[in-house]
Amino acid sequence: MTDVASPTVRVSTRPAESRRDIGIKRRYAAERRFRAYGISAIAIGLFFLAVLLWSVVSKGYTAFQQTTITLPIEFSEKVIDPKNERATDPKQLMTANYPLLVRDALVKQLGIDPKKRPLVKQATDMVSDSVRTQLRDIVTADPSVIGKTIPVTLLADANIDSAFKGQIDLSVEESKRKVKDQQVAWMNELADAGVLGKSFNTGIFTFGASSRPEAAGVGVALVGSAYMMLIVLVLSLPIGVAASIYLEEFAPKNRLTDLIEVNINNLAAVPSIVYGLLGLAVFVNFAGMPRSAALVGGFVLTLMTLPTIIIATRAALKAVPPSIRSAALGLGASKMQTVFHHVLPLAMPGVLTGTIIGLAHALGETAPLLLIGMVAFVVDYPGSPLEPATALPVQIYMWANEAERAFVERTSGAIIILLIFLIVMNLGAILLRRRFERRW
Amino acid sequence: MSTSLLLLTILLIGLVAYFAGRARSLAVSGSKLATLHSLPGYHGSYVAIWAVLPAALVLAAWLIASPLYIDSSVRSALPETVRNQGAATVQLALGQVKAVATGLARLDAKEIEAVKTGSVNLRETLAAKGVALAGEGEPFMVEAAEQFNAMRGFSRWLMSAVVLLAAFAGGVYAIRNVTARFRARNQVERVMLGSLIVASSIAILTTIGIIGSMLSEAGRFFSMVSPAEFFFGTVWDPRFAAAGSEGSSGQFGLLPLLGGTLYIAFVAMAFAVPIGLFAAIYMAEYASPRLRSIAKPLLEVLAGIPTIVYGFFALVTVGPFLRDISAQLNGLLTGNYQNFIQAQSVLTAGIVMGIMLIPFVSSLSDDIITQVPRALRDGSLGLGATRSETVKKVILPAALPGIVGALLLTASRAVGETMIVVLAAGVAARMQINPFEPMTTVTVKIVHQLTGDLEFTSPQTLVAFALGITLFVITLGLNIYALYIVRKYREQYE
Repeated sequence: MTDVASPTVRVSTRPAESRRDIGIKRRYAAERRFRAYGISAIAIGLFFLAVLLWSVVSKGYTAFQQTTITLPIEFSEKVIDPKNERATDPKQLMTANYPLLVRDALVKQLGIDPKKRPLVKQATDMVSDSVRTQLRDIVTADPSVIGKTIPVTLLADANIDSAFKGQIDLSVEESKRKVKDQQVAWMNELADAGVLGKSFNTGIFTFGASSRPEAAGVGVALVGSAYMMLIVLVLSLPIGVAASIYLEEFAPKNRLTDLIEVNINNLAAVPSIVYGLLGLAVFVNFAGMPRSAALVGGFVLTLMTLPTIIIATRAALKAVPPSIRSAALGLGASKMQTVFHHVLPLAMPGVLTGTIIGLAHALGETAPLLLIGMVAFVVDYPGSPLEPATALPVQIYMWANEAERAFVERTSGAIIILLIFLIVMNLGAILLRRRFERRW
Repeated sequence: MSTSLLLLTILLIGLVAYFAGRARSLAVSGSKLATLHSLPGYHGSYVAIWAVLPAALVLAAWLIASPLYIDSSVRSALPETVRNQGAATVQLALGQVKAVATGLARLDAKEIEAVKTGSVNLRETLAAKGVALAGEGEPFMVEAAEQFNAMRGFSRWLMSAVVLLAAFAGGVYAIRNVTARFRARNQVERVMLGSLIVASSIAILTTIGIIGSMLSEAGRFFSMVSPAEFFFGTVWDPRFAAAGSEGSSGQFGLLPLLGGTLYIAFVAMAFAVPIGLFAAIYMAEYASPRLRSIAKPLLEVLAGIPTIVYGFFALVTVGPFLRDISAQLNGLLTGNYQNFIQAQSVLTAGIVMGIMLIPFVSSLSDDIITQVPRALRDGSLGLGATRSETVKKVILPAALPGIVGALLLTASRAVGETMIVVLAAGVAARMQINPFEPMTTVTVKIVHQLTGDLEFTSPQTLVAFALGITLFVITLGLNIYALYIVRKYREQYE
């Protein structure tokens, strides 16, 4: 074998230049380039994540503050109930001219001549139109306030709100912006007097739909979403677990179970909007359930979540080692007892993780809900899952279509709320997995 | 007895039956539990099942069957003149009768008498009670409504009686079966197995429901518009007709929508595939465990963000950004500060959808790449190949079928995506190749045709189901093929 040895010696004595001929430098450069592509791909992905979150948070965090004006409102009987009919005619208190009370208070506060109509109009425009219902609710709740003067915290108009938060470019020509110079001057005057100020916006969590940004909130949508999540949880967890137990533990290997299996994998990848069409055709049109109801939404989302839960549960059941089953069967347990007393409890962390992830997915789903009519302008809290309701992501969709700039802030705020829910759910799933996951 | 109250009663009877069965089994065993074949709990469950299950089935059957029966008998009681006017009129009359019936239930005897003699206006009387009537009520309706109410009341009464009887009979029958040697556990487990099978058949029912409902609604659409016109038409102009005005049907050409769908999906894939694939390769082959444990979950956060958030992101951030930057670019090049990218465009929707797809591509491909056997890698590295050469020449060819499957799954997601395109792609249905202009997709049009007031008889509404079944077939084809490839690939290396 000396023939072989001698070329080896020759290679090792080659000069350095000829070693470059096999392209080491070029190949290493290619290697470095390849690595750089990989790193930049990950960086681009993370960059977009950062931009997305930043864009939402930077636009939305101000939605959690609301500019309010606290004025001493005189609930003058002359305005509310000039003919003193409220004892006989309950409508009197409902239809009284409440904005007039606010106007009088504002005029007094700012010291405007009440006869200068345009000025007065500008002043009242600073306060939200929602004062009508706000004051009405105060009076109907306790009619004894009539005749008294009480300080009331009123919502500022969305434009004033934006101006006070510094979101309106005041260098633009006055006629081209919605907030007039006089209003800005008053705003600053009121702010200096401590009458106007920012406070935490509880309204965004409690209000329902409204065409006025300052009086719009996700409260009603949250209730709708909560109903649906409850329905999804109550239906999809038992059905999903039962289905996976059958498929994983009992089903004979035959055509039918094969079909079910392929079916479930496919259902997991069917576009969500198709489930909306199913819900519309079967639940609303055929079974005659009410449109826009949380019940139908819950059913549709259940069908959509089931495949996810089944796939996760089957994986969790598969991960339980066969020795557990053998031991239980060997001690005389029936097959059913083995599964329900031993296998399922051991698989439960995996099942719950899958369920939470499925629920989180259902919580953010919009498209199927649009089709079953949950794009409704719902002002009142739904008392039951059968009443018209809307959902958090649908509310976001509806606000995203609004033209007013203040709605962009509200939309982003609602998205932040949605994302916080999702983060909490996903963190819960991760913690559950970390805490209870067993490696066999 | 209302249905929910009845259901509650059955459950209560079931609970009682459980304890009765348990006590009975303990009694027959004497003091020696070992003489029982099954544990007392199983005897209890057996009795409870017999008490609840038949009763519940009777209840369900009754609830489905009785409205159908009542409807048909009220329909046959309608006057000849109404019945001869076609199905639509009968349906309308039936609806009015039901509304009147709801109203009558809220009136007292004196008012009913007044309504019957015609001394007061039916519609106004009912309106005062909060029941809105679609038209003027006719005398026969009051009669039919009374019949309807009477039948419904009787049906309800009979249903309660039958259901409760079934619950009692079942419970008594079962409790008589309880003996020491009785195999209660086997019986209970058979019922449990049955319910497991029912649960797993829901998956199949869902598919049947999807296909059946869409086929039947799409069939109604195709009876009004010819399939050739739909599948090969190049103009989409559904023309929302006013309710009832027939004949003014628009044009329902699928091609512009399908073109937009595929174009946007293509842009999204062109954006997501290189990034996702390179990220997957880096994660699988280069990244340290620490980097992997941070970067992988972070990238997957992108997959967990709801699509409506992406849509909003496209609408308020990406779209305006592309519009402004195109205006700046145009200005620098030609001096004319006119934007050439629209805020809503194929590019906007494609890029944002691409961002959403990155984690799908990367985590699916990551799984596939890590499944390539270690030996192939080691062999290549041992022959002196660099890592990138190993990836390019050995791992990727080996993983190619699996990656193609993963990409097809991703593509099916891109085709079916709704919220991003609804907010970012535009609504104009046209065929063109400029990615800077808006186009629309199948999913956008489904949403548009089905929001607002619906009439399930007009082609404008029903077309959504034809679009839906098209979408379903496309994604189903992609999914089945992709899952088949991925499965094949797995078997190859397992």
